[in-house]
Amino acid sequence: MSTKLIDLQHITKSYDSNVILDDMNLYIRENEFLTLLGPSGCGKTTTLRIIGGFEKPDSGVVLFDGKDITNLPPNKRQLNTVFQKYALFTHMTIAENIAFGLKIKGKSKSYIQDKIKYALKLVNLDGFENRMPDSLSGGQQQRIAIARAIVNEPKVLLLDEPLGALDLKLRQDMQYELIRLKNELGITFIYVTHDQEEALTMSDTIVVMNQGYIQQIGTPEKIYNEPENAFVADFIGDSNIIDGIMVQDELVEILGAKFACVDKGFGSNKPVDVVIRPEDVDLVKPEEGTIQGVVTHIIFKGVHYEMEVSANGYDWLVQSTDMFPVGTKVGIKIDPFDIQIMNKPESEDEEAIAIDA
Amino acid sequence: MIKTTAQKIYVALIFIFLYAPIATLMVLSFNASRTRSKWGGFTLKWYAELFENEAIMEALYNTLLIALLSAIFATLIGTIACISIHRMRRRTRAIMIGITNIPMLNAEIVTGISLMLLFLTLGVKFGILTILLSHITFSIPYVILSVMPRMKQLNPSVYEAAQDLGASPARAFFKVVLPELMPGISSGFLMAFTMSLDDFIITHFTKGPGVDTLSTKIYTEVKKGIKPEMYALSTIIFVTVLILLILINRPQKKKQA
Amino acid sequence: MRKKLLAAPYTVWSVAFILIPLAMVFYYGLTDETGAFTLENIAAIATAEHSKALWLSLLLSLISTIICFFLAYPLAMILCRMQVNQHKFIVFIFILPMWMNFLLRTLAWQTLLEKSGVINNILSFFHLPTQNLINTPGAIVLGMVYNFLPFMILPIYNSLTKIDPNVINAAHDLGANNFQTLLKIIFPLSLPGVVSGITMVFVPSLTTFAISTMLGGSKILLIGNVIEQEFTQASNWHLGSGLSIVLMIFIILNMVLNTAFDKEGEGNVI
Repeated sequence: MSTKLIDLQHITKSYDSNVILDDMNLYIRENEFLTLLGPSGCGKTTTLRIIGGFEKPDSGVVLFDGKDITNLPPNKRQLNTVFQKYALFTHMTIAENIAFGLKIKGKSKSYIQDKIKYALKLVNLDGFENRMPDSLSGGQQQRIAIARAIVNEPKVLLLDEPLGALDLKLRQDMQYELIRLKNELGITFIYVTHDQEEALTMSDTIVVMNQGYIQQIGTPEKIYNEPENAFVADFIGDSNIIDGIMVQDELVEILGAKFACVDKGFGSNKPVDVVIRPEDVDLVKPEEGTIQGVVTHIIFKGVHYEMEVSANGYDWLVQSTDMFPVGTKVGIKIDPFDIQIMNKPESEDEEAIAIDA
Repeated sequence: MIKTTAQKIYVALIFIFLYAPIATLMVLSFNASRTRSKWGGFTLKWYAELFENEAIMEALYNTLLIALLSAIFATLIGTIACISIHRMRRRTRAIMIGITNIPMLNAEIVTGISLMLLFLTLGVKFGILTILLSHITFSIPYVILSVMPRMKQLNPSVYEAAQDLGASPARAFFKVVLPELMPGISSGFLMAFTMSLDDFIITHFTKGPGVDTLSTKIYTEVKKGIKPEMYALSTIIFVTVLILLILINRPQKKKQA
Repeated sequence: MRKKLLAAPYTVWSVAFILIPLAMVFYYGLTDETGAFTLENIAAIATAEHSKALWLSLLLSLISTIICFFLAYPLAMILCRMQVNQHKFIVFIFILPMWMNFLLRTLAWQTLLEKSGVINNILSFFHLPTQNLINTPGAIVLGMVYNFLPFMILPIYNSLTKIDPNVINAAHDLGANNFQTLLKIIFPLSLPGVVSGITMVFVPSLTTFAISTMLGGSKILLIGNVIEQEFTQASNWHLGSGLSIVLMIFIILNMVLNTAFDKEGEGNVI
């Protein structure tokens, strides 16, 4: 495991008595693609702006390569930002935009020329040197914003919802483009988004945030398959989140029926949240199921059917490649490995988070 | 920290520069002594004399009458002009907008003498009518300036949708288009009104002898020598404007909060 | 048919009250009393008295415009950076004097600057020698700056608020310090506001006659005073119109210069 490149320690930030970040701890390793994911107002952009140097935390320190950079202004930091809505300099040509940082650093003319050429090639926009930003499409402007940042050879590239203003198809293309860039450049990316699909596609590590708190840190697979709480489960993909009681280790009671599971250590007869992904709900003949229900809705989604099954007073969301017409009596069976048990939120704060989600 | 203090001092200095003269006038308006050099005690007599001064009161009446009438006519003509300019072909539109810009970009003194020459040649008697015609002329561009952006924002389908739903063209216009333009129209009216209130130069050239607005009255009075009634007048005008502007700005502030 | 009917009122109005009057200025300016074509009225600008008034007007209005710019730009920047709930109110405060009658505002300075005026009273109170402040070109410049400063603040402020804060952040992010950001990013992007501010201060300063009458006394004549006197006292409309044409040439020149400068600024300022 590589070293911590950026280390945020006990960061707190509030605006007019609104706490945006509360005692946040987070580190980013070298050469990592880390995504800060969460709904708007969760503190992800503020975190990025603190790393970039555009905000100062009320308390806490930011370490870069072991050095304290908390009070260092943005122009002295070894990282560059790709801003929301691009923030290109509209009074300059593309070449002048890209050259801006290099000119400030006093690089030679020939060096700057080479860098412009290289950067434009890298973002597939050769020959755009003398165009004005206004004459470019949103996607092209986005690439220029990236080119303008990377010619400075930053150790870290910060990206603030860079694809938010693009349409779906372009967004998907740019996701692959970003992964390619990241691999070619071999630098650290810190990426902010509220789009869970973007986060799952591109990241090495995802940090799920809500209301100023980190909810979970992990690989995309881990975040998706083993959400640590109801907020993460709900925010990442669709889920059935059901109140349950942990009867004993490896046995949970949901909706009056007992299901075998693989979780241990929750104690006995403790209330818990149970998360089951819709694709993990197996529909079988009524007599083979642990509980029985009736299909109430069905929609064809292309790859699969999405159904709602009413069973023991809960509407289960089910995804299956098999089709069960509305009104069909079915049984529900769940593999013990597909049942996720989570502690109920304890403090009121956490409760609020869960409700808000 | 030092930086923000320096900024605050700078803002304060400009603030003093802008308001100290006005404050001086307000203080002197209560000065019983006729000379400025001495404070002769507090008095309201200049205010009493101001209200007894028939020439000033008549000028005030003229000013308000002309401002109101010119704002109404300018708003009417300007709004109709906007609708027609909007529908013109590109070229005609460019020419019309170019002509509209002339009174705004040209020096007021030139606009003033050009209108004076016109009225002289036509043999129109100089007086309220000539001032009114001139004020309407220089106010229309400001109405167009504030209605035009609204006109451009207006979704043409709105007018068509109203007709599609059974409204006659006239009804569609008054019920759907006009309300959309209303914010622009009312701010245009306000601008025309203030422009007329504040105008001196153009009025100076188009007024007849014996007819005065406040501006031209002040000008002749000031040339003759300052009278303390003028200080009282300044104070009243400043306080009135302040109260009016605070009242106008109030609801918007609440919305923001 | 309806289209034409709608266009009629304003078309007629602008021809009657904008185009024809302007044409008359040109007619009178280019003819003598007999109606014969002449360039004498325009050439009259070359006489010592007129050219002196013109140069003085150009000089004083240029100085006023420069002072206004250097006072207004920092102020607009400070206002722009204030917190949102504050700055609307503060901008309102800086615009408020504009709503007071401009002759009364000038009267205020007359009161302050006069021989027996407020400033000299304060000076003599501290036993300092009194100064001759009024009836000087300096007093006229002061009057111009005082009256037209808000016209410079407002457009600059407006153009500054339109700049996306992230563009400024981006400049810092790419290594530019505050001064470099101001010079290479903020100023070029605010140029449209600067240009309209310059026009809005320069044109009324160049053509004023009220400020010079009230603060410059009868001895200092600006080109505005000369033209005003030709119309109201000498009743020489031909000469007055001729000099007005000269004045308009300078106004147009100013506008052309401004737009040219603006375009240049948008292209390659670095």
